[in-house]
Amino acid sequence: MSGLPNVLAAARIDTGDTAWMFVATALVLMMTPALGLFYAGLVRSKNTLNTFMMCIAAIAVATVTWAAVGYSLAFDEGNGFIGGFGHAFLDGVTFAPREGQAIPHLLFFAFQTTFCVITTALVSGAVVERMRFGPFLVFAALWSILVYAVLAHWAFGPGWLFNRGTLDFAGGIPVEMGSGFSALAAALVVGARKDYGRLALLPHNAVYVLVGAGLLWFGWFGFNGGSGFNTGQNSTLAFVNTLLTPACTLLVWFALDAIRGRRVTAVGAATAIIVGCVAITPAGGFVSPGFAMLLGGLAALPCYAVLVWRARTRVDETLDVLAAHGVAGFTGILFIGVFAQLSWNGVADGIAFGDAGQLLDQGLAAVAAPAYAFGVTYVLLRVMGAFTSLRSSAQEESQGMDVVHHGEEAYVTGEGAILVLPDAGHEAPKPVAEPG
Amino acid sequence: MKLIVGIVRPEKANDVLEALYRAEVRGVSITRVQGHGGELDRVETYRGTTVQVGLSEKVRFEVAVSDDFVDPTIAAISAGARTGEVGDGKIFVMPMERAVRIRTGETDHAAVTPVDR
Repeated sequence: MSGLPNVLAAARIDTGDTAWMFVATALVLMMTPALGLFYAGLVRSKNTLNTFMMCIAAIAVATVTWAAVGYSLAFDEGNGFIGGFGHAFLDGVTFAPREGQAIPHLLFFAFQTTFCVITTALVSGAVVERMRFGPFLVFAALWSILVYAVLAHWAFGPGWLFNRGTLDFAGGIPVEMGSGFSALAAALVVGARKDYGRLALLPHNAVYVLVGAGLLWFGWFGFNGGSGFNTGQNSTLAFVNTLLTPACTLLVWFALDAIRGRRVTAVGAATAIIVGCVAITPAGGFVSPGFAMLLGGLAALPCYAVLVWRARTRVDETLDVLAAHGVAGFTGILFIGVFAQLSWNGVADGIAFGDAGQLLDQGLAAVAAPAYAFGVTYVLLRVMGAFTSLRSSAQEESQGMDVVHHGEEAYVTGEGAILVLPDAGHEAPKPVAEPG
Repeated sequence: MKLIVGIVRPEKANDVLEALYRAEVRGVSITRVQGHGGELDRVETYRGTTVQVGLSEKVRFEVAVSDDFVDPTIAAISAGARTGEVGDGKIFVMPMERAVRIRTGETDHAAVTPVDR
């Protein structure tokens, strides 16, 4: 009986598009562990695992909340502000493609899930090295619904920004501005690390940072290249721009580093890769390759400035999610309003090509999304903070989150570790590491 | 002349350095060491393997000082390293026979006195 609808569905499915979306989905999922590696390298060695684990936890938590209600609230009809519960618990999400697409609805869901996951993981960068792991899990669950799903509805679903024609190819609104401005709110509510502004708190492994950034860039080809949900012209444009933009950001970043400190830094280069990828995220399928390269160079300037300025303030937004994602996403969203080109994208022109209205649509998103993300995250964490302590004690902070929250260390030597045998219990431990 | 050895928590090492600096003690060497005092063992689990970790990371300060500086040095290390919890560390003071500054060949008191610049 169920054979017939599936046959009809299969007829409308494009095998090439579907094959690419399988790959793109897997590429985007890989970005979250890559982000974990990037973040883990930026913190002190005693917090390596906890920082990585926050990203892994985002995969666990946000996948489940997204399947339960998040996807429905984002992509079901509902109203302009939020979707309905029509697709809650994946109701009606089957093989038949969505309107205007030629890939299975179920695959579209999986692709969108990986976006919710990495965005939730991104926010953790604001609170690493001090937030308790349990409250973070609760925060991640609530944030993925209250902030991410709503912003995704505005930008991708039939939400008010989408309906009025605001362009956001791969998530400048929900992913980049959503995470960046939420990170600022989270840092303000959770508070600074106890030694922030007093001791030098340095990245413990710049190689992790570079490898993480490289893997993120790799995954970003799926992120941007897959956001057309097909293998058409806009997807090709976004895919190629994902190569061009970060390269230009890197070059400008090198120059800024050289002017400011006379040396080109590795951690700076890793940051520049992220900034470039973020900037092209909203604009990928809408601007010409030439303007994508301009965007890459341009985006480096405000992000670099915010990064340098933030470090001088009392705001311990630890891994600069605001600068790298919020500001770069903001730049990309506005850039569309200026340099979008109908002859390249087939959708709309920016003000430079004669349509001033597009810039207004983009500007609305650039104001509304940050305000919503900041406000809701601030209130959410304040409310959570009224029920439980969000952060570890000063003593636990000095011990390190790895030992306190996970009972593990990233760099174990095994020296002095005594095996606890199940039958012997703690009474008669057997030494396993003989000195010398 | 004494050699003062202070074994402190790694997270307090910066506070100790700062306290020594304020006490105008200038010559310091530090080493990362592992040791066991009276503190409780931590239990860690890696997949099925549970271990009791008996050695803790510590930082060992070595400061060679003239007699006048012994008490200020001890006070500085104590102030910088104390948290009040078990595991704050120890300070050992031992006699020192000779000290030589390699650059000038100065010995003893002159060798452990900071150079005025």
